[in-house]
Amino acid sequence: MTTATPASAIAIRRRRQPATPYLLLIPAVLVLLVGLGYPVYWQVVTSLQQFGMMQQFGAPPTFAGLDNYARIFSDDRLWTVVGRSILFCLVNAFLTVAIGLGLALLMKAVHAAVRITMQVVLLLAWATPLVAAVTVFRWLFDYRSGVVNWLLVQIGLDQYQGYAWLAQPLTFFVVATLVIVWMSVPFVAMSLYAGLTQVSEEVLEAARLDGARPAQILRHILLPLVRPVLAIVLLLQIIWDLRVFAQIRLLQDAGAPISETNLLGNFIYELGIGSQDFSGAAAVSIFVLLLTVLLAAPYVRSLMKEDAA
Amino acid sequence: MSAATETGTGTAAPAAAPAVRDAGTTVRRPRPRVGKILLGVLGVALSLVWVFPVYWMLLSAVTPAARLKATTPSFLPTHFTLANFGSVLSGSGFGGALRMSLMITGVTIVFVLAFAFLAALAISRWRFRGRTSFVLAVLFIQMLPAEGLFIAQYKMLSTVGESTPVLGLNSVLGISILYTAMLVPFTIWMLRGFVAGIPAELEEAAMVDGLSRTKAFLRITFPLLAPGLVASGVYAFLQAWNEFTTALVILPAEDRQTLPIWLRSFLSASANRGIDWGEVMAASTLIAVPVIVFFLFVQGRMTSGLVSGAVKG
Repeated sequence: MTTATPASAIAIRRRRQPATPYLLLIPAVLVLLVGLGYPVYWQVVTSLQQFGMMQQFGAPPTFAGLDNYARIFSDDRLWTVVGRSILFCLVNAFLTVAIGLGLALLMKAVHAAVRITMQVVLLLAWATPLVAAVTVFRWLFDYRSGVVNWLLVQIGLDQYQGYAWLAQPLTFFVVATLVIVWMSVPFVAMSLYAGLTQVSEEVLEAARLDGARPAQILRHILLPLVRPVLAIVLLLQIIWDLRVFAQIRLLQDAGAPISETNLLGNFIYELGIGSQDFSGAAAVSIFVLLLTVLLAAPYVRSLMKEDAA
Repeated sequence: MSAATETGTGTAAPAAAPAVRDAGTTVRRPRPRVGKILLGVLGVALSLVWVFPVYWMLLSAVTPAARLKATTPSFLPTHFTLANFGSVLSGSGFGGALRMSLMITGVTIVFVLAFAFLAALAISRWRFRGRTSFVLAVLFIQMLPAEGLFIAQYKMLSTVGESTPVLGLNSVLGISILYTAMLVPFTIWMLRGFVAGIPAELEEAAMVDGLSRTKAFLRITFPLLAPGLVASGVYAFLQAWNEFTTALVILPAEDRQTLPIWLRSFLSASANRGIDWGEVMAASTLIAVPVIVFFLFVQGRMTSGLVSGAVKG
């Protein structure tokens, strides 16, 4: 998996007309401009405009400067949602990576048969479509005949008889976290396990002969060697968990208090599709996009390094 | 102490890490077997916890509704039935949603593969002015969340749809173009690796032997790229087939729903009559099984594509 060697690249450049690569890029660039470029442009423009009732009925929008940003960002509801989203994102990302690392180390330590079992099971969880996964968790946590409440009552916690998990914000987010962690851990565990297998047995053997204790091997050899992968999966997890929308939306269907369980994506949805405040929704969207670009920068840099390789 | 599954998964990581250390200690000391066996037991136990939701979905799908409402759940398929699948398949909506999903996924795969393949060819076979900026843009674009764009995409398609309904809200083509734009960046990145893995010298050798450039490409490079195209196609299939957020916004009409949106409506409709979980799990199974099959086929590629930069450092 390396790019063409510099020598052959130069040879190709000299021989072929330079217009070809640009022609090849046209379809991709066009579809990106239409599908993503124009929407981003529209959002920037709309977030700077007054877009109220009059505009719904065809009046030309008026330029409003940063009024929408001022209005939205002085709204306590937004900051509540931002705070909740960041907290939820960090808890989920760190929990996912911690469990994923634990499973990766476990896979490295156990017998091959057990490891293959674990890999198959993780793949199954990873492959389950999001909507199906959330639906299954709704069934597991169903207040009337859900198996979770049944198990809890069996071990003597009678207060869980008919307990409605999705009706309270706190337990709602516990269920949301379980779904997301269940779905996300496989990618982290597999990536980290792949990273761990790169550590050569000789290095570990040498450390053992030198009398290193397993805890020391973990701290001083294994963890430093997988640290680049660990950093990348944590970063990806943070970016992905910040944009959680579908899981929350689907769990809210079970009768959760909407305004107390909304995360950023859901807030934008309510604002734009729900109450037709397109300028406000556009302003929040721009904020989310900027935050994503900021967070993604280190990841993109690491991939660019590969491209240059 | 809350849910059983929660305590199960919640303690997984803290339990696993110290366990590894303990095992290591026993490896050095005389009893290597015991530690390894204990870890194996832990691994199997965690696998059971992790697979339980999938098992429960399949089990509930083949269990009669009355049995599912019983006070004591059964953990084995003792009352096997296919009636749940029958009522899902004969009920309204599934066929239409399946057709929508197939059309949108099909159009998306064709667009994504064609556009991404040409672009991947450009960036891996040529060094041209603006190449680095293009790669940088592609990598950033693939990170953009649908949640930060769907309001604008909704407005765009509803405006376009007033004059050209085939591209507007509820249209196959409209949402396929949005999906293509979302998937092209990562697919370019994935195919770039495949194209770069095939030396240009092979093609040049064929040209020296008298083939035209087009023929050399079609006969030599293209067949070697087939696995890459298949993997990218399956990736695009999975993404388009499972997509929920954009479809929810762009396909508001009930008869234009894709399968994920249909499953949500099916559950809501069922909720009005006290949720028939057997039917809902049968519907989930019907959506999940083709995806799981395709996924097992492609996953190796996806993992390496996402983190390869980090592994190589």
